[in-house]
Amino acid sequence: MSMSNVVLHVADVHKSFGGLKALSDVDLQVMEGTTHAIIGPNGAGKSTLLNVCIGRIPPDTGAVVFDGEVITGKQPHEINQMGVVRVFQTPEIFPDLTLLQNVMVPAFAKRDGAFRLNAIQTVSNQHDIRDEAEHWLEDVGLKDQKDMTAASLSRGDKRRLELAMGLIQRPRLLLLDEPTAGMSRHDTNSTIDLLRKIKARGMTKIIIEHDMHVVFSLADRISVLAQGQIIADGTPDEVKGNPKVQEAYLGGPRQ
Amino acid sequence: MFKGLSRNDWLLLAGFSAFVLLMPIILQPIGAAYPALMQKICIFGIFAIGFNILFGLTGYLSFGHAAFLGVGSYAAVWSFKLFTMNIIPALLMALVFTTIFAVAIGYISLRRSGIYFSILTLAFAQMCYNLAYSVLTPLTNGETGLQLTLKDPRWIDAMFHEPGAGLPRATLFGIDTSGGGLGGFYLCAIALIVCFFFSVRIFRSPFGMMLRAIKSNQTRMRYTGFNTRPYLLAAFVISGAYAGLAGGLMAATDPLAGAERMQWTASGEVVLMTILGGVGTLVGPVIGAGVIKYFENIFSSFGDNTLHGVFGFLPDIIEQPLVSFLSLFVGEGWNLTLGVVFMLIVIFLPGGIMEGLRRIWSRLNRRHDGGEKIAVAQPQPAE
Repeated sequence: MSMSNVVLHVADVHKSFGGLKALSDVDLQVMEGTTHAIIGPNGAGKSTLLNVCIGRIPPDTGAVVFDGEVITGKQPHEINQMGVVRVFQTPEIFPDLTLLQNVMVPAFAKRDGAFRLNAIQTVSNQHDIRDEAEHWLEDVGLKDQKDMTAASLSRGDKRRLELAMGLIQRPRLLLLDEPTAGMSRHDTNSTIDLLRKIKARGMTKIIIEHDMHVVFSLADRISVLAQGQIIADGTPDEVKGNPKVQEAYLGGPRQ
Repeated sequence: MFKGLSRNDWLLLAGFSAFVLLMPIILQPIGAAYPALMQKICIFGIFAIGFNILFGLTGYLSFGHAAFLGVGSYAAVWSFKLFTMNIIPALLMALVFTTIFAVAIGYISLRRSGIYFSILTLAFAQMCYNLAYSVLTPLTNGETGLQLTLKDPRWIDAMFHEPGAGLPRATLFGIDTSGGGLGGFYLCAIALIVCFFFSVRIFRSPFGMMLRAIKSNQTRMRYTGFNTRPYLLAAFVISGAYAGLAGGLMAATDPLAGAERMQWTASGEVVLMTILGGVGTLVGPVIGAGVIKYFENIFSSFGDNTLHGVFGFLPDIIEQPLVSFLSLFVGEGWNLTLGVVFMLIVIFLPGGIMEGLRRIWSRLNRRHDGGEKIAVAQPQPAE
C-alpha cells in the first residue's frame, strides 16, 4: 500500500460559532495507511474539526476532500458509505439492543448499503454477519457478554463496543474521538494493542486524544491544534521538540 | 419465505392459529362466541398488529391511523358498488388505496419525529375526517355513509347474472361473508393469521432489526451509513396497509362505510389496544384488541337493570348508591372504565398485559425452583 496518497484533505476550513472562531484556516492532509493524531488543549477545536470531517457541522468556507471527492455538504450516511467511520467521544451505541446486534447492524450497512427492505430473510440466518460480529466482539474483549443489552455496559465497555461497531465496517478512514477516555490503564493498553493490530492491516486513522501515552504509542504524524489553528505538524519527535507546542500546552502567552 | 424462523416462532404461530380458529369454542364460556364480536376482535387485531409494526419497532407514535381504516373501507365499498360483490377485488382495492395514501402522508409526516410527527398524523386524519363530511361527499356520501343500493352498476357481476331482488351480500366465491354468520368470522380469522405471520417475519428480519436500531438511536444509525427515512417510510406504509386491510374487512363483513371510522377517537383506540396488550411484542396488540373489544361489548350492554339484578341481595340503602355509582362505568359510561384500566396499566405495568404475564410466569418458575434460581440473562433464540 502506497504511503504517498492523500486520503483526506481538509482544505482551508473556517468555522465560527457566533463571534467565536472555532477553526480558522485549517489545512490538514492525512496520508493513506497512517495514524494521524490531532492534539491540543481543551477548546482548541479538535472535536469541531472531526465534526466537519463527517459532515455533522458544515464549514463556513473551505472543503473536506476524501479520496478525491468533496464530502462537504453530503449526508452523514453517504459519508459513511464512502468509508469514513467515526467513533464518538460519548459512546453512541444502540442501548436497547444486545451487544451482538449492536455490532451486526453496522455490518448490514456495509453489506446492504444505505437502504434495503430485507423483510424476507431472518437475522438468525445471516451466519456470515453473525460470525463476523462475534469475531470483532472477541477482538475488543466483549464476546462473553454478547447477549447482554448494551445499556448495561460500563462506559469504558461501551467505548470498546463502539470501536467494534466501527471496525466491522472495515472503514478506509477511521476517526477516533478520544478512544480511551474513561478506560482503565489495562483497557487502554489493550485498546492500543487492538489499534496497532488494525494499523498493520493498512487502515487510515485520525485520533483525537489527550493521553500522550496513547498518542506516542500510535501516531505516525501529529498535528497540534490551538485556538482553532494548526500550530505544528510533523512526526512525533518533531512535534515534541516544537517550542510553540510546549507554549500552548504549558499555558504560556498565546499567539 | 418459510425458512429461518426458530422452533419457538413456529410453535407461537401454531398456537396463535389454533386459538384464533377455535375462538367459536374457546370463547363460549365467557359469552363472546358470536361471529359479530369475534370478527371485530380479528379486524382490530389486524389493525393493532400493523400499528405495532410502526409504533413498537420504530417508536414513531401515529395518531392518525384511523384514516387508513376509513380509506380501506371506502375503497372496498366502492369496489362492491362498481365491480363485484366478491371481496377479493374489494380487499385489493383497499390495500392499493391505503398504500398510496400512506406513502403520501408518511412522506410528509416523517420529516418530523416525536410529538411533531404525532401531531402531523393527527392533523392529516382529522383533515380526512372533515373532508369526508364536506367536499368529498360525492365519494363518501357524507353523514349517511357509503352504502350499497339497488342502482349500483356492479359491472362484473352484471356480466354473469341478473341482479337479484334485494341487496346482494358480499361473498368469497359463494361463501357469504356479510351475513353475520361464521363465514365472515373465518375470513377475518384467516386474514389475522396471515397478518400475524407477516408480522413475525418482519420482527425477525434484518429490516425489523434496523427499525429497532432506529428506535434505539437514530443518530447512530445515520452515522452508521443508513438512510433512516426510507426505513421509516416503509414501516409506516406497511402499518398503513394493515390498517387498510382491516378497513376493507370491516366492509367485507358489513358493506357500508362511514366517516366516523376516521375520527381521532378511532386512532386513539388502536394506541390504547397496543399499549394495553404490550408495545413491541408480537401477540400483545392482538390481546389488547381482544380485551378492549370484548369488554366494550360486555360493559356497554350493562344497564341499571343488570346492576340491580347483580346487587339485588343487598339492602336497598346500600344497593341504591352502589348501583348509581357503578352505573357511571357501564353502558354509555364504558369509556370511563376503559380510561381507569388504561391508567392503571400505564402506571403499574408499562409493558402492558404481556409484561404482566411475563411477571406471573417468572414468579411461578421461581417458586417451582424453590426460589434459589438467580435471574440469568436469557440468550436470544439462536438458530
